[in-house]
Amino acid sequence: MKAGVVVFPGSNCDSDVYSVLKELGADVKYIWHGEDKIDVDLLVLPGGFSYGDYLRCGAIARFSKILEGIYDYVENGGYVIGICNGFQILTELKLLPGALLKNMDLKFICSDCILEVSNDNTFFSRLYKKGERVNFPIAHGEGNYYADDETLKELERNNQIVFRYVNNPNGSRNDIAGIINKKGNVLGMMPHPERRASSLLGGTDGIRLFKGMIESFK
Amino acid sequence: MLKAYIDVTLKKSILDPQGTAVKEGLSKLGFEVETVRIGKHIEVTLNDMNRENAEKLIDEMCLKLLINPEIEVYSYRIEEE
Repeated sequence: MKAGVVVFPGSNCDSDVYSVLKELGADVKYIWHGEDKIDVDLLVLPGGFSYGDYLRCGAIARFSKILEGIYDYVENGGYVIGICNGFQILTELKLLPGALLKNMDLKFICSDCILEVSNDNTFFSRLYKKGERVNFPIAHGEGNYYADDETLKELERNNQIVFRYVNNPNGSRNDIAGIINKKGNVLGMMPHPERRASSLLGGTDGIRLFKGMIESFK
Repeated sequence: MLKAYIDVTLKKSILDPQGTAVKEGLSKLGFEVETVRIGKHIEVTLNDMNRENAEKLIDEMCLKLLINPEIEVYSYRIEEE
């Protein structure tokens, strides 16, 4: 599997994702935001504070050169995973519905976080079991998922919610931590699976997410 | 030149925890108020054009970038600079 980790000015989880993918045997490279060709099977929008999160998180990254071709790429079945700031960018791009608001208690939260896998039948979550609990850390100030009632109903109906918080830390509606698009090739999530991919760093719950994607291409 | 003064706020249906915190602060100082909502203020200076075009342009800017219509609403006034 060819993977590309987009590097925006202000990205800070790019090398974490890169290392995990590389270690698992993916053909991975960094893609600078000023490049114009997405020539990979999996595009990663990493965490961080792209363009300083000016105006709104993800609002400016949406106009970067590399993302001009993302609608065609997704339309043609290319896979995208947006983690944390990447999730915020995906909602600003309207590739995923809803928006991420300031955390309910206004604090930046950096801590372990227990999630429940709500949908194990996706390209991304196939090595997990529905109902299984995993620990992926969170580190965000704006992770409070909001969508209107109708959108939430649709997300539930289509089984588009992939991860839910067990103890909702930020006020997200329906405990949403990660959602997928209808087509099933774009995942956005606030928690960081790449930060739980080594026992030296506290655990390996996150590894299966990346392994699952890589194995799909074998 | 024309200058647009744009105000962006969260939709009424969305809780504004910042506003709630500030309301509590006001209350501690003895100011009892009904609600506080916090938003953003953006000023845009435009090249020479008539007011009608300016309004069209500001609406477009707001909907395309300055606000996220999923969660925010905007209002503005335009003045001669």
